[in-house]
Amino acid sequence: MAVMSKPGRLPALEAGRGATGDPAFRRLALILATTVILVVIAMLINMTWESRESLNHFGLGFLVGQVWDPVHTIFGALPFIYGTVITSLIALLLAGFIGIGTAIFLAELAPGWIRTPLSFLVELLAAIPSVVYGVWGIFILGPFLKSYVAPGLKATLGGTPFFAGTFYGPSILTASLVLTIMVLPIVAAVSRDVILTVPPSQREAMIGLGATRWEVISRAVLPYARTGILGALILGLGRALGETMAVTMLIGNRGQITPSLFKFGDTLASVLANQFAEAQAGLQRSSLIELALILLVISLAVNAAARLLVWRAGRAQGAGRI
Amino acid sequence: MATQVQPVAGTGAVRDLRRGPANFQARRVRSSVMLGLIYAAVVATLIPLLTVLTWVFIQGLPALNWDFFTQLPGPADDPHQGVANSIVGTVQLLGIASLISVPLGVGAGIYISEFGGSRYNTLLRFATDVLSGVPSITIGVFVYALVVLPMRSFSMLAGGIALALVMLPILIRTTEEMLRLVPGSVREAALALGAPMWKTIMRYALPAALPGIVTGGLLAMARAAGETAPLLFTALGNNQWNTGITQPVDALTLKVFFYAGQPYEVWRRESWGGAVVLTLMILITSILARVATNRRAGR
Amino acid sequence: MRFNITRRTQLATLTGFTAASLLLSACGSDAATAVPATTAPVTDMTPTAMMGAMTPTAMMGGAMTPTAMMGAMTPTAMMGGAMTPTAMMGGAMTPTAGAAAPTNTPVKVGSGSVLINGAGATFPVPIYSKWFQQYSTAVNKDVAFNYQPIGSGGGITAITAKTVDFAGSDAALSDKQLAAAPGLIHIPTVAGAVVLAYNLKGVTQPLILDGATVAGIFNGDITSWNDAKIAALNPGVTLPSGDIAVVHRSDGSGTTNIFTNYLSAVSPDWKTKVGAGTTVNWPVGLGGKGNPGVAGLVQQTDSSIGYVELAYAVQNKIAYAKMKNQAGQTVEATVDSTVAAANGITVPADFRISIVNSADPAAWPIAGFTYLLVYKDMNNIKDAARAQALGDFLWWSEHDGEAMAKDLLYARPAADLSTKIEAELRSITYNGAPVITK
Repeated sequence: MAVMSKPGRLPALEAGRGATGDPAFRRLALILATTVILVVIAMLINMTWESRESLNHFGLGFLVGQVWDPVHTIFGALPFIYGTVITSLIALLLAGFIGIGTAIFLAELAPGWIRTPLSFLVELLAAIPSVVYGVWGIFILGPFLKSYVAPGLKATLGGTPFFAGTFYGPSILTASLVLTIMVLPIVAAVSRDVILTVPPSQREAMIGLGATRWEVISRAVLPYARTGILGALILGLGRALGETMAVTMLIGNRGQITPSLFKFGDTLASVLANQFAEAQAGLQRSSLIELALILLVISLAVNAAARLLVWRAGRAQGAGRI
Repeated sequence: MATQVQPVAGTGAVRDLRRGPANFQARRVRSSVMLGLIYAAVVATLIPLLTVLTWVFIQGLPALNWDFFTQLPGPADDPHQGVANSIVGTVQLLGIASLISVPLGVGAGIYISEFGGSRYNTLLRFATDVLSGVPSITIGVFVYALVVLPMRSFSMLAGGIALALVMLPILIRTTEEMLRLVPGSVREAALALGAPMWKTIMRYALPAALPGIVTGGLLAMARAAGETAPLLFTALGNNQWNTGITQPVDALTLKVFFYAGQPYEVWRRESWGGAVVLTLMILITSILARVATNRRAGR
Repeated sequence: MRFNITRRTQLATLTGFTAASLLLSACGSDAATAVPATTAPVTDMTPTAMMGAMTPTAMMGGAMTPTAMMGAMTPTAMMGGAMTPTAMMGGAMTPTAGAAAPTNTPVKVGSGSVLINGAGATFPVPIYSKWFQQYSTAVNKDVAFNYQPIGSGGGITAITAKTVDFAGSDAALSDKQLAAAPGLIHIPTVAGAVVLAYNLKGVTQPLILDGATVAGIFNGDITSWNDAKIAALNPGVTLPSGDIAVVHRSDGSGTTNIFTNYLSAVSPDWKTKVGAGTTVNWPVGLGGKGNPGVAGLVQQTDSSIGYVELAYAVQNKIAYAKMKNQAGQTVEATVDSTVAAANGITVPADFRISIVNSADPAAWPIAGFTYLLVYKDMNNIKDAARAQALGDFLWWSEHDGEAMAKDLLYARPAADLSTKIEAELRSITYNGAPVITK
């Protein structure tokens, strides 16, 4: 099969007449791109500089310390790292399935009349200020989980360590669910657009081969849109990792490492947001900025892993083709 | 063109389908189950979506009256107060943020997708990842050091730059992804007809990717509009009308945030009203942008 | 109402061009209509001026950071890269270009108003808003205040860097903080009370607690409501047997500072193990964000207890406990009992006073002052007119602010403290000249 309309850019092609604008255009794009890089470098330097006191004072011990005591200036990040990873993972897992499902519906299955209003609704979710999600979580979601969901989970899975303890309302579970709702619009909206760009010929060919609807989606549409959907997930993860207000209102803000989703936890971003405004200059503020650096490293690691995954998947597919 | 199948997807599928009609029934059941799951996902999206929206509107709509849109903030015992300056401030901040981030973000996205060498692109993607991974409050701290301290004043400019940094990674990534998904054949056709590269990109590739980029831009704006943390140490907030780009300026999120924690009913009503107005502003922008891009796409 | 009319006219002029070009107005056409003196000389926004203004500042800082260096470089790159550098900058630079000379002399302010910027503590916002509005409408219409509750720590950072004209703080500055901001003085404005809000089904009369008991509950030593210590304080009340759910603030806050200072004062155990501060390492309980976080969690959780500001509990009709104070008297949290907390306190020269666990028999034990922070020589303020206005306001609030404070459940300093504050206010100068000449 001829490799013709592979998505993406062309190999460097010498363009024809009238191409005098090309070098200038290319240079402009380069300048814009370089500016972004410079800003980011400046930001990294700034963050490292601001956290120098904590970096010097605690060294690597900061990463495994389990106590956060501003009064006695003892700072450790491990419980917050744990909380961030666990809530973001749950949120991304749920929002990934639900969001991609919704995106497939919006792009492939929805009748025309419902598509636009539903898309608007989904995007609206992204516009609600996170403090509103927080208050909503306290008064609606928390009590709902407490009355209807937690007893059920307790009765069926209460023996496992994952649902041990009393459910008060705020918990790792509640925070993760609100994060899911906040990540959902990003995943759904971007994935929908990615799926919409899949050329109709992809689907037509599959239908022509006698494929079922799901086969069209899973064999023709999703593989084509794979990188884009991964991009959507990464954007969503960015939001989940960095979200402060809603999480902090719902997670109980207790830095502890526990397998139970019913218990309280705390995240890097919520500690940062909670304490930064009142933090005294010096070790506390410096440690808070170091939390931001750790958050950054986590998010970079996830991004790198995701890219690696795509790259390897791409290679595996490519090998299978021959 | 219409008969070409994306080879990546093609082979595996063909192999499966060749197994013949014997397992056709199984395949149909499987399809139904998966479609059922998709519908379940839609319901799972709709339930929280509708409850959150309804709840916000129930809480916030009673706050919306003439005073709310025309008056300045007042003390807790003054029923005739509003957040007019915050509404204007949010629009101004988003305007500045877009002026900075859209050219930068789309430009960088074009560069990654159309020009960049692989090593420089890696660096650019890394920079984008860093930006999207930085907690928004540290963006505020950074811009505080970058703009507020040298100017010795909190300002609209500082707030706009902070929000621009919030918007950038979303813009870069969506531009890149969407341009990449424009079939190479579009570019080939234009180039074959003798169009220069820049024209090919600006006139053919970019418009084809536009709806997706607009979505990205809207999400970026929605996210920026909803941010409080980066504004605390940059725009600061202002209970008066803003008088210029170098003065502190208010934003709806700042009011929503500050008032939400206050004891007095008058202020908490304003807080809810602010949340509703913010949501409506994003909705309206979203609709306008869609109408505009659809019209272009339809032409 | 008169001030509404002025607001409307302001709105009319503003919508005149905001509606026409919201973005353009954001980019500086406002500046064209503003009085030159109200836009600071330092803030002229030509790219070169920006570089010029930045580099010396960075140099002067002595502690030249790589950050500042990068900071000085990036905006130029950013602006150069943006597609519309002139649209961004052009508008703002033209009108102010001529006013580049520093203006320390009083400036006649036209029809516009003098804007005084402040930031800091959240706790005094209701009273400050009231004072500012009263002052701007009834005393001096040319002055407008902008106070933003970004938190005491944020306020201290801002006033130390001189990016605001004044700051608000719930906690007195530490010696180290004061060393970083030489010349900064504390003006105690109002005192507020912190109360223990609870949610106990079936208990109708107000609960009575004392210091040791509250410390025990927040320490994790007392875990159930029918504990003997609580029962002894509340004879005749049927207390439920449930576990106590302890709710505390998760965000750094002046309220926490007052509360933990109180616990440290009444419990040596608390003082050594946990201590006092705007954020502490809580032995038990769950954290709620801000007043609504704590109050919301208390309301949603059976058998819970948490601490909130008095005004918050009163306004939201949350039950709160009476306290047995140091003198052994059972008192209710009111403005009067908060005023009494400051009785008989020896006031240090710098006004860094603590009034928790007061010995006065009528005193509410969990109370604290909030401060306005200004420089003794207000040369951080851009012009004399603003400094004058701020000084006048401080004097006015000291003398005419009491009734408004009481309405909002804040306590003003009693007469003897007030006299000392007056003397402190008189000592404020602007570039050497006294600001208050009363």
